[in-house]
Amino acid sequence: MLDISDLHVEVDGTEKLHDINLHIGQGETHILMGPNGSGKSTLLKAIMGFGGYTITSGSIVFKGTDITRMPIHERAHLGIGMMFQHPPAISGLKLGKLLGATSHLGNDAIEALAQTVNMEHFLARDTNVGFSGGEIKRSEVLQLKVQQPDFLMLDEPESGVDLENMGLMGKEIANLLEKDVHIVNRRRSGLIITHTGYILDYLEADQGHVLIDGRIRCHGNPREILRVVKEKGYGECLRCKQM
Amino acid sequence: MSALQTDVGDIERLPEKDRERLALTGLEVGMQNRCGSFFQIDQNVIQTTCGAEGIEMIPIKAALEKYDWVGDYYWNAVSRDKDKYTQYLAKQENPQGLVVIAHEGVKVEMPLQACLFLRDEPVQHVHNLFIAREGSEINIISGCASSWQKEHGAHIGVTEIYVGKGAKVTSTMIHNWNPGISVFPRSATVVEEDGTFLSNYVCMQPVNRIDMYPTARLVGKNAVARFSSIVVATPGSTLDLGSRAILGAENASAELITRAITTGGTIISRGHILGEKDNTRGHIECKGLILKDGVVHAIPEIEGTLTGTELSHEAAVGKIARHEIEYLMARGLSEEEATATIIRGFLDVKISGLPAVLQEQIDAAIDKAESGF
Repeated sequence: MLDISDLHVEVDGTEKLHDINLHIGQGETHILMGPNGSGKSTLLKAIMGFGGYTITSGSIVFKGTDITRMPIHERAHLGIGMMFQHPPAISGLKLGKLLGATSHLGNDAIEALAQTVNMEHFLARDTNVGFSGGEIKRSEVLQLKVQQPDFLMLDEPESGVDLENMGLMGKEIANLLEKDVHIVNRRRSGLIITHTGYILDYLEADQGHVLIDGRIRCHGNPREILRVVKEKGYGECLRCKQM
Repeated sequence: MSALQTDVGDIERLPEKDRERLALTGLEVGMQNRCGSFFQIDQNVIQTTCGAEGIEMIPIKAALEKYDWVGDYYWNAVSRDKDKYTQYLAKQENPQGLVVIAHEGVKVEMPLQACLFLRDEPVQHVHNLFIAREGSEINIISGCASSWQKEHGAHIGVTEIYVGKGAKVTSTMIHNWNPGISVFPRSATVVEEDGTFLSNYVCMQPVNRIDMYPTARLVGKNAVARFSSIVVATPGSTLDLGSRAILGAENASAELITRAITTGGTIISRGHILGEKDNTRGHIECKGLILKDGVVHAIPEIEGTLTGTELSHEAAVGKIARHEIEYLMARGLSEEEATATIIRGFLDVKISGLPAVLQEQIDAAIDKAESGF
């Protein structure tokens, strides 16, 4: 579904990602770990196509189409969706209106989806304005439930979420990734940035990657990577044989 | 229905283009959602009709003749000598304009419309009085427009509004001028005890110059004033706008809210709240968006003269944040759609207590302008 080859990305004239190679197949969920500032969010934003993240070489191919230079909204139309860690608050733009503008769903359908993540009372509120950490995440999940992307990028879905909300979030993210569908028929793929690995309590991931200083240092079983990082820190990944 | 003059035919005979322009300012010829109507073309009053019990709409000359006491309100809130524009109006032998009287305790939610249309004369002059007596409630929508083919001209208007004890006046004004028209409204409102004055102003079409600084004097305890302005300055337009509230009685409060967008014109957004009595509160909020080269100059002033007043202001001027546009693009909107969606949100100042029909009118004016962004 997603093929990233030899990707180099610059931010403000400095190369932040070096020679990234990543292949995510249809139906697969990958976990991306790494210390703060290692370039995890940069990678997601480069895949989404945000300005300020300049691809100096390499390519991103999604569903067989080279999207390296494609505008953000066309990538969204192709089926890429993103859950933001720090989405902007947009005054005056009601969440319900935003959901209506980005889909063909009617008000009733939007209301029904909102109820599944306890957001029905937020539809008449300005998007993300004054939302708590958990509310922001639920708003993001709701937007993705409306958007129905084939490939989901989740930037730290656990951060700022209390335990009760984490249960709901985990279940909803698992649904978005079609974890209830047999692996043979599963179409949706995902790339999840996590520091804690809590998300793995709610869904299985197929592969893990560790990003350090803008380079992917190792690939492997996500639970094993998580265990090694918990026990020995990221330094162990630098010594990883799979480099 | 009392009708001093009703010649709807004159309105219906206006060219289609002019009728469209007037419709955008809220004029409903068929009066489906209006309980009274006043229509003045240049200096000629061509319609005054009011079907609401206890509400009178009368041309100003007739009102001054009918009721002696109306004279007490005439040039009272606004001084004849305020500036050259008021002096010009004071000199007119044939004052034109509208008097609305809401008699004691009469509450009507359905708006009254007052339409001022500049067509043939170089200058239109208007003097309006809105008098809401004790316990009454009225909504007035004033639409001011110029004919589509009017290249140059000026509109000079004085509006004096009196909100009696426990009364409520909602005044919504929508402007739709041409690039060569200059406009000089001179308005003032006096709000008595427990009275509420809501003023909404919308101007989103090209104009040469608009210059106004309406003042609300809150003279009775618990009086409330709220001014909301939504304006767009296109290239060549200069909008020098402000609103002032004088908190002259205990527990009075005021809020001045402005959303200003420039697509190349100049907006000066002034605001002044003076807190001079105990337990008074005031807030000024001005947000300006510069879409293309232009000027938004916010000048909020808050002035307190004793410890018991609480005043604040916030002003922000800038462009649309790139990350907001990209956020919406990541949800599938094109850059243009994302920009328009954010602008629409920026302008979305919901005004509490505004009847739905008036909110729809404001929304329609915004939607119309939005297609030009």
